[in-house]
Amino acid sequence: MIVLSDEQIMLRDMAKSWVADRVPVSALRAVRTTYADHGSDPVLYTEMAEMGWTGILIPEAHGGVDMGLVSLGLIAEELGRNLAASPLLSTAVAAASAIVRGDNEAKKAELLPAIATGSLTAALAIDEGPHHRPDNIAATARVDNDGWVLNGAKRGVAEALSADLLIVAAKTDDGIALFACPADREGVEKTRLARIDSRGAADLRFTNVRLDKAALLGSGQPYVDRVLDALRAAQAAEMLGGTVQAFETTLDYLRTRVQFDHPIGSFQALQHRAADMMGEIELTRSAVYAALTALDADDRDAPILTSLAKAMAGQTFRAMAKEMIQMHGGIGMTDEHDAGLYLKRAHTADVELGNAAFHRERYAQFLNI
Amino acid sequence: MDHQAAPQTDEQFRASARQWLADNFPVSLKGGKYILPHTQEEGEKPGPDYLLWKGRIANKGWGVPTWPARYGGGGLTTCQAEILAEEMARIGAFNPIGGLGVMMLGPTVLEFGTEEQKLRHVPPIARGEIEWCQGFSEPGAGSDLASLRTRCEDKGDHFLVNGQKIWTSFAHVSDWCFCLVRTDTSRKQAGISFLLIDMRTEGVEARPISLINGVSHFCETFFTDVKVPKENLLGEVNAGWGIAKRLLQHERNGLSSQRNVANVERGLPDLARAYVGTDDEGRIADADLRARITAHMMRQHAYGLTLRHRNAGIEAGLEGSAQMSVLKNLGARVAQDLNELAVEILGIAGLGWEGPGYSEEELELTSGWLYSKCFSIYGGSHEVQNNITAKRVLALPSA
Repeated sequence: MIVLSDEQIMLRDMAKSWVADRVPVSALRAVRTTYADHGSDPVLYTEMAEMGWTGILIPEAHGGVDMGLVSLGLIAEELGRNLAASPLLSTAVAAASAIVRGDNEAKKAELLPAIATGSLTAALAIDEGPHHRPDNIAATARVDNDGWVLNGAKRGVAEALSADLLIVAAKTDDGIALFACPADREGVEKTRLARIDSRGAADLRFTNVRLDKAALLGSGQPYVDRVLDALRAAQAAEMLGGTVQAFETTLDYLRTRVQFDHPIGSFQALQHRAADMMGEIELTRSAVYAALTALDADDRDAPILTSLAKAMAGQTFRAMAKEMIQMHGGIGMTDEHDAGLYLKRAHTADVELGNAAFHRERYAQFLNI
Repeated sequence: MDHQAAPQTDEQFRASARQWLADNFPVSLKGGKYILPHTQEEGEKPGPDYLLWKGRIANKGWGVPTWPARYGGGGLTTCQAEILAEEMARIGAFNPIGGLGVMMLGPTVLEFGTEEQKLRHVPPIARGEIEWCQGFSEPGAGSDLASLRTRCEDKGDHFLVNGQKIWTSFAHVSDWCFCLVRTDTSRKQAGISFLLIDMRTEGVEARPISLINGVSHFCETFFTDVKVPKENLLGEVNAGWGIAKRLLQHERNGLSSQRNVANVERGLPDLARAYVGTDDEGRIADADLRARITAHMMRQHAYGLTLRHRNAGIEAGLEGSAQMSVLKNLGARVAQDLNELAVEILGIAGLGWEGPGYSEEELELTSGWLYSKCFSIYGGSHEVQNNITAKRVLALPSA
């Protein structure tokens, strides 16, 4: 059991009732149709911003509330329950961290208040191939006169469809760095992807894109890893929420579905699988909140805990989604039922930002195994 | 008893605990561990420093840090006890007071006992003077514990007990036994009583059972016309099942909290580097084994975090006993996986029953692997725990 402050409990309860009220799982079905070109319902994002969620990682001096990642994680968990599609994590976690933890004071003053109010959304463009390789970036940014010229291609960038701002990883002569690139800048080419999880994503191509000198937010592998870890831990919290809801929905079905004259949840074969699953969820919850707490405190073992959390979240969400379909039987295979939506999100969220195998390897390297 | 008023903050407590440990823990015992009753019998006798340390910690009440000081405990909060454990681990100290009395019976007597019973039975447990064993399972009552048949008849001024118990850990070296006995044959759970029996009473006989790894601290215990004084009944007649369920929660709690889940003292990666070798970059040479060791260590890590969160939750009054079945199963599986990996790493060096030809570490790991199979059986099998979780935590329907 995670011990929360009164403020955090209030925040979580607010998120819980808002998600239940405003973002039923069926809202994701509307994203597939009505909002296909945007990747999410913009009205929902406006409401999130009005509740202050967009400013949770932003210092008060720049218009935020500075409550930290644990608080953000509580919201992400509630959003994850109903598979809510939004650019909250890509903006309020990834972009906000990239700016806050960088050393570009002018960009902090310019961009953070806009993120906090919800008027600016962002996407983090890192990966270039089929797998997450943040230490092997090919995109380049070279100095040209008094600015930068950006070249390269990014694949499967989450929330890129709706993003006003792209946070782009590129190599400079001094190593890896993150740049702030307006999405409508000349030379930026965006190709919409139709993904299994129905969320907005795009491939991006940057051809001689000219950026100001001040577009550089921060540099160095530790800085990029820290930004990624914040996003990974927040995404793990979202995945935890999806897992918990998939579990509860499945338990409800086990209690009510009657076969052989008994609710199927009275059968020991299913009871024991459910009980074992509860253990996996407990382990995952502990890992997720330990990672968020460690990142807030800038603990030395925060990267280790983040990899533990993301790996556990990936494995557990996938396993739960698989069980959700199996325990629902035929109805779970239909598009009409929510089970498939959970499986597709579980797989997508695991693959993004390093899957379980990636984070197991990273964990092994940290421990010199 | 030199029990002091609890300091104000956790940090103040940490400082005072650190100071007390520095003043009182004999450096000669650094890296040592609690000596089980059965190993004492096999020759590993506690030395003078061990007894000195045991006496000092007993006087302080810190062998059972969270029990009330009135009954010999430390009167600490869960959080302070955690800090104490951390401070002990930091300097290689250990708690010399343990056993089933500490893990199970003490908390149960504190909850259900009369004031006389508490004052008689709890302080000797807190001081590590009396060893208790558990007379629950019978040859015909394992997972279906409530079908037990050991008879207990009311003979006016005493009870008369006849029957047989099994898997009575350390019965042959224990002073007392807490027993479930049948006082009413017409009702199943509602015909069971909870009795405390002095093992030196005439008619009590404990015979060790040899296990698959050759150790024998589990016993068969026979009760033949055993006279038990009336004041040794805990709770009311026929109310033993409810008490036993509470006690089993303490057992699950204790089993799930065991930090030292297995005996690979140097850690799996080190063991693997020694027996499997490393590649040019210093990684464990077998990539598949390396991945599985890592996966295991991650689960162990997550399990440790879960225990820590659970303790913090108890401290904040957020959590009861509901999840202990889940934790017991997680802990057992993590420990079993550790033992499986250890013998896999050893290869043919892990096939030894006894020396020569095998190192002491190899023999211990192999024996530990065999013994670890009981982790998912004792204290309620994996399946019984899952039944409890399904019913009480997940509210799934009964058959």
